[in-house]
Amino acid sequence: MSTSEELERLRAENEALKAELEALKRSQQPPAAQAPAAAPAANGGGAACPAFAPWDGMQHGLDKQQISRYSRQIILHSFGVQAQARLCRGSVLIIGAGGLGSPAALYLAAAGVGRLGIVDRDTVELSNIHRQVIHRRVGGEASVGVHKALSAAEACRALNSSILVETYLEGLTPENAVELISEYDVIVDASDNAPTRYLISDACCVARRPLVSGAAIGTDGQLTVYCHGEDGPCYRCLFPESPAAGNCARCVDAGVLGVVPGVIGTLQALEAIKLVSGVGEPLSRRLLAMDCATGRFHCVKLRAKSPACVACGTSPAITAATLPTYDYAGFTGQAAANDAAPAPLQLIPREERITPRQLQERLAAHPDALVLDVRPLEQFNICHLPGAMHTPYKHFDRHLDAIRARLATPGTHPAAAGTAATAGDAAGQDGTAEDSSSPSEQPPFYVVCRRGNDSQRALAALRRAGISQGVDVVGGMEAWAREVDTSFPMY
Amino acid sequence: MVRVVFEFSGGMELLFGNQKVVEADVPQHNGEQQLTVAAAMAWARDNLLTERPELFMKGSSVRPGVLVLLNDTDWELCGELEAAVADGDRVTFISTLHGG
Repeated sequence: MSTSEELERLRAENEALKAELEALKRSQQPPAAQAPAAAPAANGGGAACPAFAPWDGMQHGLDKQQISRYSRQIILHSFGVQAQARLCRGSVLIIGAGGLGSPAALYLAAAGVGRLGIVDRDTVELSNIHRQVIHRRVGGEASVGVHKALSAAEACRALNSSILVETYLEGLTPENAVELISEYDVIVDASDNAPTRYLISDACCVARRPLVSGAAIGTDGQLTVYCHGEDGPCYRCLFPESPAAGNCARCVDAGVLGVVPGVIGTLQALEAIKLVSGVGEPLSRRLLAMDCATGRFHCVKLRAKSPACVACGTSPAITAATLPTYDYAGFTGQAAANDAAPAPLQLIPREERITPRQLQERLAAHPDALVLDVRPLEQFNICHLPGAMHTPYKHFDRHLDAIRARLATPGTHPAAAGTAATAGDAAGQDGTAEDSSSPSEQPPFYVVCRRGNDSQRALAALRRAGISQGVDVVGGMEAWAREVDTSFPMY
Repeated sequence: MVRVVFEFSGGMELLFGNQKVVEADVPQHNGEQQLTVAAAMAWARDNLLTERPELFMKGSSVRPGVLVLLNDTDWELCGELEAAVADGDRVTFISTLHGG
């Protein structure tokens, strides 16, 4: 083809496209503006609007705006206009607007899921933002203090105003779970605790809804689809017995690299999109285990649903009638409020404990007094009292010899010398610990942790090892930061 | 002896000196030809575990909340405790996660 021929062809194509564009512009005008267009005179003498529909698709029901917005996935061979139409007509309920829910909600909103439900009951804290990236205020950095469901909904609407976003501010409860879940096509478990995970799975069994389950902690993530198809298992099929509460690491204790739930939450959006649109193979009877530290993604094969399962078996004990009164806290041995601080315990006699304020006074009087800090190394490294000795509660027994040696070292309080000899003085020491401000009655050392529970356990371990001295600090470093030194960083 | 590749994830590695993959030669029970998952698991507890055995096993089986896989397949599909472990097989322990 010669250059001039090519030029001619392009000109013709250009003209044709211009005409098409004009026609489309006319068809896009709102009805009020479109009416005059039918009269050529009122429209500057332009072409008359055709009496027939200007374009026809495959009865997908998407409008021009939607086609334009979702065009890159519509033109995808494996997706197409019908899958997009199903997505736009579909609904997804996201339970938890945290680290998993953040990317899940954003991607589902962006992808055009017609109706999104967001369930949460917490407000945003500064320590959430590193992974819960959905919570940001226009013109501000973070929405600290704002309800998570509202904050997430606002971000979804800002991203895509053409979808409907619904919020549930009371969280998911056994009373509302089945009804709420029944109102949506696909459920995303973006929660952060065992009782809620069992509740969601049970309610999905009862309501017969597919469940996209994701979890993340530290640098590990897991993803699977429950309650799907003929043979897909539910959470209980895999884990009929709940792990003990102490075996469930929580982000607030164990930490989490922000991007890890980000990856899993994004994959949850993907699985939800596949389920709503009917495209691809859902991750049912398979579990993706992700080890971000080593970059290993492992997809493993899971069992089929169990006929004996109490939730999804042939004669389930958990039904729409029984679920609302099921004791999930009792079953899992833990409350659903996951980020909450553990309840303050009273494990050792009250007179062997002092307040942070009392500790401050005693340290002022005796700068050499020994402080044992039993928090994990990562927390100790953030900030600790000057001169504090680090003896983490985990493997506490390994530190006993070092503690004995330190107590015997000159420079520590004289009463510390000869630990064994003073073992019998426990009662006397303890009696004065609470209310005495007399320096001569000072106990030789103090034990602190994050909140005042592990420090009591550590003291109990010291007692068992024959070390009868030492005083616990009620409320730990969190209370110290509140009551004594507000500049002390907390986490 | 059977060459077994033990894999620990989802926090299980913390019980095994932070090792995620351990290759080991595991002896069969006296006179037996086969090594079962049950025997491999007990051997790992006795020889590889560094702390808190109660977080690994409960009775003669694995504790609740841990998924056991034989060559990337749920052990329930292979015979659970009685599943035979062959030379070079991978036995994986994954603790279920709850965080989000």
